[in-house]
Amino acid sequence: MYPRQFDYVAPTSLDEALSALGEDSKVMAGGMSLLPLMKMRLFSPGLIVDIGRIGGLDGVVDNGDHIEIGALVRHATTASNDLVAQHAAALATAASLTGDVQVRNRGTTCGALAHADVAADQTAAAIACGAVMVARSASGTREIPASEFFVDSLTSALNPEEILTSIRIPKAGPGEGSAYDKLGRRGGHSDYAVAGAAAWVKKSNGSIEDARIGVTGVGTRATLAQGVAEALIGTDGSDEAIKAAAERAVEGVTVLEDLYGSEEYKTHLAKVFTARAIKAALAAT
Amino acid sequence: MTMTATQTTSALGGVVRRREDPALIQGRGKYVDDIAPVGTLHVAFARSPYANARINSIDTTAAKNAEGVAAVYTHEDVAHLGDLIAQVVVAKARPLLANGMVKHVGEAVAMVVAESPALARDAAELIDVDYEPLPAVIDLKEAAADEKKVHDGISNVVVAWEAGPFGDPDGIAQTRQTIADAKALDDTVTVSIEAVNQRLIPVPIEPRSVLAEWNLGYGRFEVYSSTQIPHALAGAIGKTFDVPSNQVRVVAPEVGGGFGCKLNVYNDEILTCFAARELGRPVKWTETRREAPSSTIHGRGWVATATVVGTKDGEILGYELEAIADMGAYEQNFTAAIPFLGLFVGSGQYKFPTYWKATCVLTNTMTTDAYRGAGRPEAAYYLERVIDAYAREIGVDPVVVRKKNFLDKFDEAVVSPIGFALDTGDYATNLDKLVEVADYEGLKAERDKARAEGRHVGIGVSTYCEVCGFAPTGLSELGFSWATYGLPAGFSGSGLVRVNPDATVTVVIGTGPTGQGHQTTWAQIVSDRLGIPVGRIRVMHGDTNDSPMGIGTFGSRSAAVDGSATYEAAGRVAEKARAIAAHLLEASAEDIELDADGAHVAGSPDSSVAWGDIASAAYLPYKLADAGLEGGLEASVIFDPPNATWPFGAHLAMVEVDVDTGNVKLLRYITVDDCGNVINPMIVAGQVHGGVTQGIGQAMFEDAIYDSDGNMLTASLFDYPIPGASDLPSYELHSTVTPTNVNPMGVKGIGEAGTIGSAQTVVNAVVDALSPLGVKHIDMPLRPKRVWAAIQEARG
Repeated sequence: MYPRQFDYVAPTSLDEALSALGEDSKVMAGGMSLLPLMKMRLFSPGLIVDIGRIGGLDGVVDNGDHIEIGALVRHATTASNDLVAQHAAALATAASLTGDVQVRNRGTTCGALAHADVAADQTAAAIACGAVMVARSASGTREIPASEFFVDSLTSALNPEEILTSIRIPKAGPGEGSAYDKLGRRGGHSDYAVAGAAAWVKKSNGSIEDARIGVTGVGTRATLAQGVAEALIGTDGSDEAIKAAAERAVEGVTVLEDLYGSEEYKTHLAKVFTARAIKAALAAT
Repeated sequence: MTMTATQTTSALGGVVRRREDPALIQGRGKYVDDIAPVGTLHVAFARSPYANARINSIDTTAAKNAEGVAAVYTHEDVAHLGDLIAQVVVAKARPLLANGMVKHVGEAVAMVVAESPALARDAAELIDVDYEPLPAVIDLKEAAADEKKVHDGISNVVVAWEAGPFGDPDGIAQTRQTIADAKALDDTVTVSIEAVNQRLIPVPIEPRSVLAEWNLGYGRFEVYSSTQIPHALAGAIGKTFDVPSNQVRVVAPEVGGGFGCKLNVYNDEILTCFAARELGRPVKWTETRREAPSSTIHGRGWVATATVVGTKDGEILGYELEAIADMGAYEQNFTAAIPFLGLFVGSGQYKFPTYWKATCVLTNTMTTDAYRGAGRPEAAYYLERVIDAYAREIGVDPVVVRKKNFLDKFDEAVVSPIGFALDTGDYATNLDKLVEVADYEGLKAERDKARAEGRHVGIGVSTYCEVCGFAPTGLSELGFSWATYGLPAGFSGSGLVRVNPDATVTVVIGTGPTGQGHQTTWAQIVSDRLGIPVGRIRVMHGDTNDSPMGIGTFGSRSAAVDGSATYEAAGRVAEKARAIAAHLLEASAEDIELDADGAHVAGSPDSSVAWGDIASAAYLPYKLADAGLEGGLEASVIFDPPNATWPFGAHLAMVEVDVDTGNVKLLRYITVDDCGNVINPMIVAGQVHGGVTQGIGQAMFEDAIYDSDGNMLTASLFDYPIPGASDLPSYELHSTVTPTNVNPMGVKGIGEAGTIGSAQTVVNAVVDALSPLGVKHIDMPLRPKRVWAAIQEARG
């Protein structure tokens, strides 16, 4: 498979990269999602800005009240980093279920998020973990909540001139836990999500004080399942309460049929995995 | 499983590490695409976006003027070469490039030759084709109805036949009557399953690739191709271009998997040769993963109804299969013959009367042909699914039902109910071993305990009988030869063994590996005969310049047929070596024994001569003149056994279904295969692993899907999931050994057995798991959505 012709730059500083970006350009980190699309000629940007040689973007950093995951942090790192495990377990799990070993060693968490695949894993986890997406351009920095970041299939809130330089995730406090679960296209956890859900919960005095649920795989984008959280907050987190809340998993979502499931089936799966993720998140508090 | 490699063991039956692996796993193997002569041009094809359309015009102007383009060809440029030559064409051969019509998505319409693959692809996008789309025929039953045609004026039904038994037209009516009578009895049970054995896309790790050069001075082609059949390709090229076949050198270098999809002569191979001759430069085409689903054949693609009638206690009185098989839009190598290969094992390992009817139909899809098992997985699938359903219906253990209906043990050929002579068989012993090693009763107790806890655990068993080691040459009367390629050679085996002056050994064989480990296995065969260690034996293959006539690597035939030829050739060399040694030792040849060091007189180890001296004497014939011996120490043999070989086995799968999601988890997979004597257990285990995985791939994951307009919905690995190691349990492999009597080593063949035995094993297990809910059948692949839907339906 051979892409159409394109120009390529690999700057060594963020400023250079930002100044190179324009309407017909695309940022590349690991290239694990972008390159296949280009090779299949489904996507043909005029300029690739490879950010792989820019220093300082490959760390997971403790910033006091939040952790920050840089643009060049690989899935394998997200999956195994202690800070991520401690404060964003759902994201660590989602990263561990992304692609295969080779993909996890090359692809990046920020790249997967910016790519905004409808069946990606980490999108739902970023939403549930309350991630804030840090978008830099030559003209400044924007902070975008993960719940507003995924716009449509393969479309994020980023402008062509912006780079997702990092994501920030609030540190987990007492009584908080998160989890991610999915059904993969090859069954179990294998391959892209047919449906998946991530849950973050905060428990105090035996009841659920706060919750965020992210759902992926079923619609045109990963979504915040606001209705589930509303139904869950204030309950004791019993199986019945979880099941009832999970019924609202695809509220407001246009569920799309594909080769891996009918609308009915995917709706059902979204509910099943929402419930499973909530249960696992509660168990992790 | 654990196997300890002992490098010193060279005798047959020893575990010898694959000698090719150090090169292959370090990326040092040389595949076609690695070969890049200076000045090579590259090919890209413009392919049809329509399943059926008339081509009103093709404008290649922009492509011809594009950067780096050497030539653009369409049908009229190659019309003089005729259609693609294929061994068995009943109704419609493939045009080299579309001839005014396109008949499947991805059909090659124009060919661009350019300075790089990317430039060729860029230019191909500039070719402007005016298509007039027409309705497509995709559904098999609609195709069989033959109202809407794939090709104007040609029946969609390529061939339709019935058998029961094969070769006995009068017997058919009798068999059908016997079965009808059984159905009419009050105390019999009739069970039918209509099932799809879905179309599959072969996915070798190395896509196909061909590099062609034309030597104007000598008038010769030199062609490198990722093929399973280099000699047939050489024949086809020679015939197409009117060049003697011995002026066509075809080399199959390392080939990264074939599974039957490289057992074809392809239009791209012929077209690449054409361009090389026209342009006077090397020309290469390497298939991209994206185009492979429309440039390489598919497998399977059947819809069939299988019916069993039997008593209430498990005695089967008759079996019927009525199948429609998808040929695709054009016939290639063995397209219409594949269902017939299934017929060979139409009655499996059983003794009941069997009737088969097959209707082979054209559709507006990619050609189907041989894919690992080729007809036999389909045959085993229907037979073993419906027997399982029957056992469930009468409430008798499926293992018991199978044993009750097996043919008795035999060590001389017996003719199966469907009319083919089986070589040797001992089916009950094989199934008994599965019951024992799996602790079948224990597993059933485990399953029942899980069920009591509300879990959905199931056990599936399948037995199988397959046919492989494709030979003898008499099969040429049924069309199995390379005659159409200009080489009227039947399915024999060949092998040449030469001891060199320095006592190294060169073995040249007419069949080459696509991953099977020929370099190791053949060295073991020769080492066993000569005593010379494996490390001193080089095995060469896949080059028509220097190998004896070879039929190819397919149908699990290499070891049984070409291996036997090599075994016999090595035996003749050993005999000559003993004669030379006898002369040098002044002893009698009957008293000479060969070993790793050389030869010695039996019982007198001190009276010995080294291999170096024996070999040297062979190349200094004046030293042998007194003994009346000629120089040289080599032999070449063509081996034609009296029959193919008929391996068999029994598989068991244990699964758990998550009824909330439809997800199937494979917990255990246990095999007892019987491929006769084993040359290298490690290689056999590898073949079983791969074969079983491909069968599980069909059972659970893979599905080549065309929509009703003929669009290919699964043309990338995004949408065509294949199994990965993480999806599978660790297989538990066992064996029984029932040697064949049709070749000197008693080996049968194992390349396809795993695939033939496994798909229905998994489906039987899932149906067992869901039987308490009332599920009776689910079509493959058992993707969670389908399993879940079946559960919903059963629950009402």
